[in-house]
Amino acid sequence: MHAMEDNWTTPAQVRAALEGAGYLADDRIAQVVFLAVKLQKPILAEGPAGVGKTALALALADATGRRLVRLQCYEGLDEAKALYEWDYHKQLLRLQSDEGVRWDEVEGDIFSEPFLLERPLLEAIRSEDPVVLLIDETDRIEVETEALLLEVLDSFQVTIPELGTIRAVTRPIVVLTSNNTRELSEALKRRCLYLHIPYPTVERERAILRSRVPELPEQFAEKIARTVASIRQIPLRKAPSVSETIDWARTLLALGIDEVSDAAVASTLNVLLKHQTDIERTAKELSLDIDADVRPE
Amino acid sequence: MITALAEFVHELRAVGIPVSMVEAIDAAKAIEHTDLASRENLRATLGATLVKSPRHYGAFDRAFDVYFGLAPIGELGSEDGGGPGAGDGTAEGGGRGGGGSGDLLDAFVEALVSGDSGRVRSLIALAVDRHAAMQPGRPVGGRYYAYRVLRRIDTDELLARLLAALSSGSPSGEIDDRIDHERAEALVQQVRDRLEQEITGRLISDRGRSQVAGNRRLPLVEDIDLMHATRVEIEEVEAAIKPLARKLATRLGQRRRHGAKGRLDVRRTIRRSLGHGGVLLDPRFRPPRKSKPEIVILCDVSGSMATFARFTMQLTYAIAAELSKVRVFAFIDGLDEVTEFFGPDTDFADGLIRMSREADIVRRDGHSDYGSSFTEMCEKYSDAVTSRSTVIITGDARNNYRDVGLEAFAQIVDRARSTFWLNPEPRRFWDTGDSVMSQYGSICDTVDQVRSLRQLEAFVERAALRVGARPRIVN
Repeated sequence: MHAMEDNWTTPAQVRAALEGAGYLADDRIAQVVFLAVKLQKPILAEGPAGVGKTALALALADATGRRLVRLQCYEGLDEAKALYEWDYHKQLLRLQSDEGVRWDEVEGDIFSEPFLLERPLLEAIRSEDPVVLLIDETDRIEVETEALLLEVLDSFQVTIPELGTIRAVTRPIVVLTSNNTRELSEALKRRCLYLHIPYPTVERERAILRSRVPELPEQFAEKIARTVASIRQIPLRKAPSVSETIDWARTLLALGIDEVSDAAVASTLNVLLKHQTDIERTAKELSLDIDADVRPE
Repeated sequence: MITALAEFVHELRAVGIPVSMVEAIDAAKAIEHTDLASRENLRATLGATLVKSPRHYGAFDRAFDVYFGLAPIGELGSEDGGGPGAGDGTAEGGGRGGGGSGDLLDAFVEALVSGDSGRVRSLIALAVDRHAAMQPGRPVGGRYYAYRVLRRIDTDELLARLLAALSSGSPSGEIDDRIDHERAEALVQQVRDRLEQEITGRLISDRGRSQVAGNRRLPLVEDIDLMHATRVEIEEVEAAIKPLARKLATRLGQRRRHGAKGRLDVRRTIRRSLGHGGVLLDPRFRPPRKSKPEIVILCDVSGSMATFARFTMQLTYAIAAELSKVRVFAFIDGLDEVTEFFGPDTDFADGLIRMSREADIVRRDGHSDYGSSFTEMCEKYSDAVTSRSTVIITGDARNNYRDVGLEAFAQIVDRARSTFWLNPEPRRFWDTGDSVMSQYGSICDTVDQVRSLRQLEAFVERAALRVGARPRIVN
């Protein structure tokens, strides 16, 4: 099968393809994605929450026409949930259904394909059609569990004792994301291309706003992006993410506000910031009066 | 290209960025798929393959600019009026004929506001020609030359003019002012950065890359000396603290190895077995009981510890966000609980201010008194330390020749599960002058020198082993 990404010969094409899927990449992101495809290496995307790490994987699937397989990580994730599991119930039924059959026949039988429960990693490896494998919030699993991913990441294969080693039919494109709540192990990082995605520059955020909220006037988008960038300079517990910027822009539009005035910001700050301490801090920093109401009559 | 790459990798390792053989090979492979005409593409390629932590980007960028940066426009030692290559056409209008630095400023403002980076570069080359007075062969990092040029360009004036050029003129609010200011500052920063590039470029043509790189190395965040950190450095350190605090919190909370399951859950196991005819196929376990570590932090916040105290409070603040049972005490020559200032729903900067205003920690002269502080801890807060608490003390143990109060301290240590002391002073100064480190240290579980993030991380790794051990018997 001829995959779409084989036609990519420059990062600019990657960028265009991602844009077609609704994701505005900058040159750096495009270059790293391009390398990931050419070198067949996983991408480890790290950065603050809400800068579009997961969105990148979704857009990549869309742009390459691949199916998305997603492994959501959480504390306590184990092999049975990430890789594969034997279907006990079905095995038991099989055993009960024909008693008297010789054991070695049954044994070969119950540890075979039909009794295997596929979990995301195995699913991505065995998939007939090409996939994008998204391993989301990798930093949530324990260091010990990371080892589970290593075999998949460097040789795209999985070893199941009863079945042997299963190799990938088509090489998946792998994207791992991390919010950097803890440092991932060296072993994992070594196997990946590292892509740090910080908050976007004003220019890029403006472009994102324009594409996600098309009815937003150019000047207004610029102003919103600059204001948010300015707020991100303040040391906050949770700086506004890109999606919160978009929500904020929509809110301003819905309220019929067409200018980022002090009063407008003050009355809508709670869309952008989610902690009361952050709101107070920002209001203080920008000398805003958050109790005033500016809704147009 | 491969030679340049090998040298570059060598330089990264010299700074302290761990680059493995595999990663260097990946970089070499990746370069084949990189359009070398674009510097930023190369930066992205090398960044993705060689640098795996955002903390290392500063040092990486610095080294990258030395090895693969823009070629300088002028040359070292080129003087005003005859700089070869300096006049690439655009610079001509930039004040070469004008003379005074005032015209140069106007030209800068115009170029910066219109975003014409080529022109900014040639203006900078011109300024370097005129003011840097660079001399070949001097083994300097270039900071001095940059300083000379900036003194003449007058960045304050540049900022003021940029502000005037950017502001729309219409009446505007706080936010507009703030945004204009930030834009102007970013543009001035652009001048500084490009100036450094130009000077570095000229130095390289004089002395070679590896020399210049060696002079211009930027310490990694984890190697920054916390006792003498600059404001900018402290900000970087603080950004890196959170993951570390989280790690410390989980380490302190962890009693058994991962994977150990809790006790068998009989009810659920039997319930599950009904599905397959009563065969106990699938044993279920109760989730292992999570231990709730109690942490008590005692922090010397006296003047000599100011920079370090800010760092420890930041660490404390981050730990408090992870664990519910954290109590924090600050002391100088008196001791007071400051837990509420640094709780989960507080602002760190406010906490610091409230601590300095409201906490009752200065009783006499404001010089540290460990003895009376420990005594006060025992008397007033005897309930704080229990057999489940881990006590962490941060301070230099410089007691100003006062009573050591060893008995009170021993009481705290006895009661606690474990006691760790973090001392920011270099080990060789311990027990010199008024330091009584070893008197306290002999009864602590560990005493560590912690004056960089790297050392703190090493402590966190070791702390896990110590906490897992059974409580000691102190005789």
